[in-house]
Amino acid sequence: MIKVTIDGVEIMVEPGTTILNAARQAGGDIVPPAMCYYSKLKGSGGKCRTCLVKVSAGSEKDPRPMPKLVASCSTPVQDGMVVQNITSPEVLEARKGVVEFLLINHPLDCPVCDQAGECHLQDLGFQHGSAKTRYEEERRQFDKIDIGDKIQLHMTRCILCYRCVYTADQITNQRVHGVLKRGDASEISTYIENVIENDFSGNVIDVCPVGALTDKTFRFKSRVWFVKPMNAHRDCNKCSGKVAIWMHGEEVYRVTGRKDKYGEVEEFICNDCRFEKKQKSDWVIEGPREVERWSVIGQNKYAVGTKVTAPQNIGYGNIID
Amino acid sequence: MQLTNRSKLVVNKELSWSEKLYLPAIFSGMMITIKHLFRKKATIQYPEQKREFSKVYRGKHILKRDEQGRENCTACGLCAVSCPAEAITMVSAERKKGEEHLYREEKYASSYEINMLRCIFCGLCEEACPKDAIYLTEELMPANYDRSNFIYGKDKLVQPLGTSAHPKTYKPYKK
Repeated sequence: MIKVTIDGVEIMVEPGTTILNAARQAGGDIVPPAMCYYSKLKGSGGKCRTCLVKVSAGSEKDPRPMPKLVASCSTPVQDGMVVQNITSPEVLEARKGVVEFLLINHPLDCPVCDQAGECHLQDLGFQHGSAKTRYEEERRQFDKIDIGDKIQLHMTRCILCYRCVYTADQITNQRVHGVLKRGDASEISTYIENVIENDFSGNVIDVCPVGALTDKTFRFKSRVWFVKPMNAHRDCNKCSGKVAIWMHGEEVYRVTGRKDKYGEVEEFICNDCRFEKKQKSDWVIEGPREVERWSVIGQNKYAVGTKVTAPQNIGYGNIID
Repeated sequence: MQLTNRSKLVVNKELSWSEKLYLPAIFSGMMITIKHLFRKKATIQYPEQKREFSKVYRGKHILKRDEQGRENCTACGLCAVSCPAEAITMVSAERKKGEEHLYREEKYASSYEINMLRCIFCGLCEEACPKDAIYLTEELMPANYDRSNFIYGKDKLVQPLGTSAHPKTYKPYKK
């Protein structure tokens, strides 16, 4: 076990842990945001640069600071490393710049986008971005590609995090889905003939941090804050069958994996569970899912059974437990 | 607990002869009534006369169209979630080919209803709207005999085609 200090919080972690995972073990505000890193996908990370942190002391043996900000999702910790995240103004400034870069080609069509309300880029822009855009040029445009009747691809919204590509690589058997072209022109695509038919292809919807890949069966049906997330399960011979169903009244609007507080699904679910089982009778409902207090998903639902987690610190030094 | 020092002690004393006549009391009461006859009236004759509205008056809602006559609303649901009275409901639909002249974005509200009995005219929907679609105009809410007529659908809310963005039908947020 080696010791690492992040924003003054000392933690002991296994050798080989990345800074991001070490921060997640400590928890709280010091966890850097991540748009491309996904702990369940091997090889993910290092693309979006939102998790940049400052290493002010490399290790016990060599306490020189690292010359540049490093991506915490792909930098392993060393013994005695001192990391600054939110305590460093340099990091916050850099992160603001990264958000601005991510938003350069991202259309501001949140009112139309189905991901709005659970979008990581929205959260990131809200927490770290600047209030106004300085970008005046035209945003990139793509020809519309139809990738099947279950999954909707909006290439303009893609931030090229490659999560869906890694999902296609690791969860599905054959890769029919990848990144074409380079740089500014690169796009997530699939060979039109090989429309995704794998049983687990629907998981690209869950891993997508923005609204580039969305559920076509839920398209424009409702908004995430009008539907209530419930834990539910069923016997499924393909996957664990443990899902979150999003209900409005007695209707099941959509089915997703259960996401943890970092927006990562606990278990990947199969397409049968995701797209076909839209009846309340298909599911054994366990109860309402916990919704973070700041999330818009908890809006107007607090009285009817949705669990809303209270903030730990509610201001004026009034700390609960 | 004493709140003011104007309270009078109630005594059950016998009325005097002049008080038993009640005439002085009647006259003093009539004087007050007559005085009010010559005062400036607090009311106006409403349909003929109209009061000047405050610049920030919030009346009946309108769903705006843009300069080309397309509906601005994309059914994003922000007005409904910001509504403290939960008066707004909507159903969204996808714009089909050939409907580009009707709706500005690829998604639109196929039904948009405001329950005017619930609405408190706070204007939060106007504030929340990212698409400049909903505004509270200076129009008064008309009375009606039937409760069901107070649920305003798109037929009553959408700005009629061919109308300009004039303050009569459209109130900019700040003047």
